[in-house]
Amino acid sequence: MSADTGTTAEWPLWEVFVRPKAGLDHKHCGSLHAADAAMAIQLAREVYTRRQEGSSLWVVRSADITASDPGDKAMYFDPMEDKVYRHPSFYELPGSVDHM
Amino acid sequence: MTATSAAPAAPATTSESIRLNATPRVQYVLRIADTCLIHAQRLAEWCGHGPVLEEDIALTNMALDLLGQARALLTHAGQLDGHGFSEDQLAFLRDEGEFYNLTLVELPLRKPSGHLPGGDFADTVLRNFLLASWLKGLWTQLVSSTDAELAAIAGQALKESRYHQQHNGDWVVRLGDGSAESAARMRAALERAWPYTKEMFTSDAVDDVAAAGGLGPARSALREDWQQDVAEVLLYAELPPLADTPFVSTGTLGRHSEHMGFILAEMQVLQRTHPGGRW
Repeated sequence: MSADTGTTAEWPLWEVFVRPKAGLDHKHCGSLHAADAAMAIQLAREVYTRRQEGSSLWVVRSADITASDPGDKAMYFDPMEDKVYRHPSFYELPGSVDHM
Repeated sequence: MTATSAAPAAPATTSESIRLNATPRVQYVLRIADTCLIHAQRLAEWCGHGPVLEEDIALTNMALDLLGQARALLTHAGQLDGHGFSEDQLAFLRDEGEFYNLTLVELPLRKPSGHLPGGDFADTVLRNFLLASWLKGLWTQLVSSTDAELAAIAGQALKESRYHQQHNGDWVVRLGDGSAESAARMRAALERAWPYTKEMFTSDAVDDVAAAGGLGPARSALREDWQQDVAEVLLYAELPPLADTPFVSTGTLGRHSEHMGFILAEMQVLQRTHPGGRW
């Protein structure tokens, strides 16, 4: 890309969510830089849906997302490791719903 | 990329030009096809050079949309012409005087040409916007062409031009109503492009034949909607509307600016030096 000497601030970062088709949910597929929401939607269309991936787009400023702290990973998620009883895997299913 | 033609011992001969005996119907279709083709070629100059990655992709997507429109129209023009010329032959083996695009699309965009520097992003988004607005109006009417193939091409292209108009119109507003620097450059771009817009609405005998036969609208019939679309964006962009000029460019008659030869040289060199080469 051309070196940009005219501006000091980069455009803000946006997270892009694409819904592949009606009925399915929007899935996070990447991020991009854009000056505002309207531009972010257009550029998301250009960057992430040019091979028919989508029927709907969401964008949200990356700065507006609050994420869990990677440092908390052990205390947040590891205790679930030995709680197999939280999975409904101890029921005997009738043969007619074999594929559930 | 390797051409399949056998390596000649002597310097490669160049492909001979094809000549059409363009009837008004063929010329009408070629005017649209060539406008899309040459505009796509100009936009492709931005590939890898866009101001930001995302817009670089957007410009290339638009160039490919226009190339797709050109290919469909050239194929159709070849069928109407009856000599059996393919889209490739029509794109690569016609001489300058047999191209009928609007002059506006051949003017420099990113790269310098002749004495003109090129390279201002304002020229690119403005030209895209002015042309997309024109093409949108044209496709809208061509959807009901008596030529079913042309109507089908228009139906597909209309969606693309509507998006091009929105994307580039937004840029015209951003830059026109932006900083003092961007506003001045957008104004300069508008002054450069404006005299060449008159050709978009100046009908001639070819338009009359097309309109009378229901093939498509005369250019004069496209003016009102275009002016409305453009005036709205210029208003938001705080750009002054410009007066009509007496000058009318003549690309659609096959008489081109000094920049056209350079575009064709770059676009046609491979087919001309490797006749019939495929890759």
